[in-house]
Amino acid sequence: MFEFVMPPAFILIAGAVLVALSRPALRPIIALLAPLITLYAIWQVPDGVQLTTTFLGYQIELVEGSALRRMFATVFALMAFGGVLFAFRQSEWYELSAAMIYAAGAIGVSFAGDLITLFIFWELMALFSTVVVWCGGTESARAAGIRYAIVHLTGGLILKIGIEGIYVATGSLEIQALTLDSFATWMVFIGVLINAAAPPISAWLADAYPESSPMGGVFLSAFTTKTSVLALILLFPGQPLLVWVGLFMIFYGIIFALLENDMRRILSYSIVNQVGFMVTAVGIGTELALNGAAAHAFSHIIYKALLFMSAGAVLYQTGVRKCSELGGLFRTMPLTTVCGIIGALAISAFPFTSGFVSKSMISSAAGYEHLGLVWFLLIAASAGVFLHAGIKFPWFVFFQKDSGLRPPEAPWNMRIAMILFAAACIAIGLFPNLLYGLLPYPVDYEPYTAEHVVTQLQLLLFAGLAFFVLLPLMKRTETISLDVDWIYRRAVPALAGKIDRGLTAVSETVSRTLSSLGKFLIKGFKEGSYNYFSSRAPMGHTALWMAAVLALFLVMTLII
Amino acid sequence: MTPERERAIREGASHWLVQPRTIRLLWWISGIILALTVVAQLWIPVHAHFAVDGWPGFYAGFGFLSCVAMVLFAKALGWVLKRPDDYYVKPTQLAPNVLKDDGQDDDV
Repeated sequence: MFEFVMPPAFILIAGAVLVALSRPALRPIIALLAPLITLYAIWQVPDGVQLTTTFLGYQIELVEGSALRRMFATVFALMAFGGVLFAFRQSEWYELSAAMIYAAGAIGVSFAGDLITLFIFWELMALFSTVVVWCGGTESARAAGIRYAIVHLTGGLILKIGIEGIYVATGSLEIQALTLDSFATWMVFIGVLINAAAPPISAWLADAYPESSPMGGVFLSAFTTKTSVLALILLFPGQPLLVWVGLFMIFYGIIFALLENDMRRILSYSIVNQVGFMVTAVGIGTELALNGAAAHAFSHIIYKALLFMSAGAVLYQTGVRKCSELGGLFRTMPLTTVCGIIGALAISAFPFTSGFVSKSMISSAAGYEHLGLVWFLLIAASAGVFLHAGIKFPWFVFFQKDSGLRPPEAPWNMRIAMILFAAACIAIGLFPNLLYGLLPYPVDYEPYTAEHVVTQLQLLLFAGLAFFVLLPLMKRTETISLDVDWIYRRAVPALAGKIDRGLTAVSETVSRTLSSLGKFLIKGFKEGSYNYFSSRAPMGHTALWMAAVLALFLVMTLII
Repeated sequence: MTPERERAIREGASHWLVQPRTIRLLWWISGIILALTVVAQLWIPVHAHFAVDGWPGFYAGFGFLSCVAMVLFAKALGWVLKRPDDYYVKPTQLAPNVLKDDGQDDDV
């Protein structure tokens, strides 16, 4: 029935435009159908380059299929559907439209056959995710959106410099594994890593995402960082530097989430943490590790969206975002609580959830390669994930103390979206072959061995014990934590202010000195003028000087 | 949940989950499960990638200690990095016209 005629991303973009143009009654139907039609189109894309066209004189490949690309596009389309379902009754149409084009950008990147196509859809994501941040509608959302846009447009510029350099050097725009041996490939590397929230440019994520609307956060959590993971798999598989970049992100995410008070900022830091696992896996670069990175991206998108949904539902119903003011919500929001806990268990890689079957591929890959330090750090980090996201988020939001808040349960569409995504987390956990069947390399990996389940339970449950033993140390304070963004939000403005004030002071001193000198001279001329000019001199002086001049004149006529 | 119970909870009746008796019970149950996961290693041999990870209770000890280390490290880092949460809300002292509002530059 539906012949493959255009890139799947264009279908979603068309849907977004239709949502904007159509009558309000039709919007939900279009918004819900467009991701599903896109999903169908994604599954129709066969392997290899499918669609080429000419753009500004370059041959570009709009659609190139492969198992890996279809897998990422699939989860992006599922995410777009779940996000729209969560949001369609509460969001304004422009938020829905922008979020759909943002998702379309991610799907476009997934199928991009060359670097120019990748760049175009990359920038599409940057622009429309900024709009989604702005849909938060507050002054701080406006400011955070501008900072977010500056970071991403700069990142896009760096990526573009790299792409142009590669074209000039090799004459090819193919997406293929690159080595870090030239300025251009370094630029591409940096440009891609900025979108992955890699250090030192990671603060944008926890700065912007928590300022979005309760619905917008669900979309933001999914696309930007995971397209970046896909780009890393395609462009830099097995790049050893990525192992250390990823490990830094993992621990950065844990530590900053432990310090944080804003519930959606905790989840934002945990995105950096989870993407760190994927980046590490790309750096390890074996087939198992790359499979692990892709599988973890897939399950991560679903459980992180679920966590953002439960936090969004709480925020939507209470208007409160700080953990120090939340607590005890399980009484009146039991479904949101259960779904939040399922998401939290999945992110912690509890057995029988999606995180277990995907994350364990990554740590096993490190184990099989005998990367000792990496393996021990990954295991410690798995415990840390349970600490900062698995328990901390549900404990402080839904249990902790009785905050006195008695919000009603979330609206029905939000509830359905949460139930669907929670079911997906458990379904993937129970039937890992659902996920393994989509992976780029053949899977010879069995997550459910008795020893694996027992060791994972030991690790996680004792991490949980550590949480409750150390609870007095975890008391929430009404604080934020300084990050690298302090440099451009405080240090540079303060320095600029200092220089500005210094120069102002100098110019004021100079002008004051000049004007007082001028005043002194004018006063001197005015008051002391009779010393030099005749107008104020006594008559006698005048007569005397006249006589002297006449005498001189007389003498001179005699001589000459 | 029945509507009556829901109303009672709204009015502040304590939920069964937060009563001291339940909490004590939960600590006991969790303690037993924790112990079981370690004891289970007697029957389920763990293949070690490296040497130490085959030790009985390795994952329990390593998980617990690394969490303690991370919490303490975060606490220490917090002393350096934590700021009141209106830190970025206060205006930056960038331009002279901002300064004029602070009254720092009124001698012109």
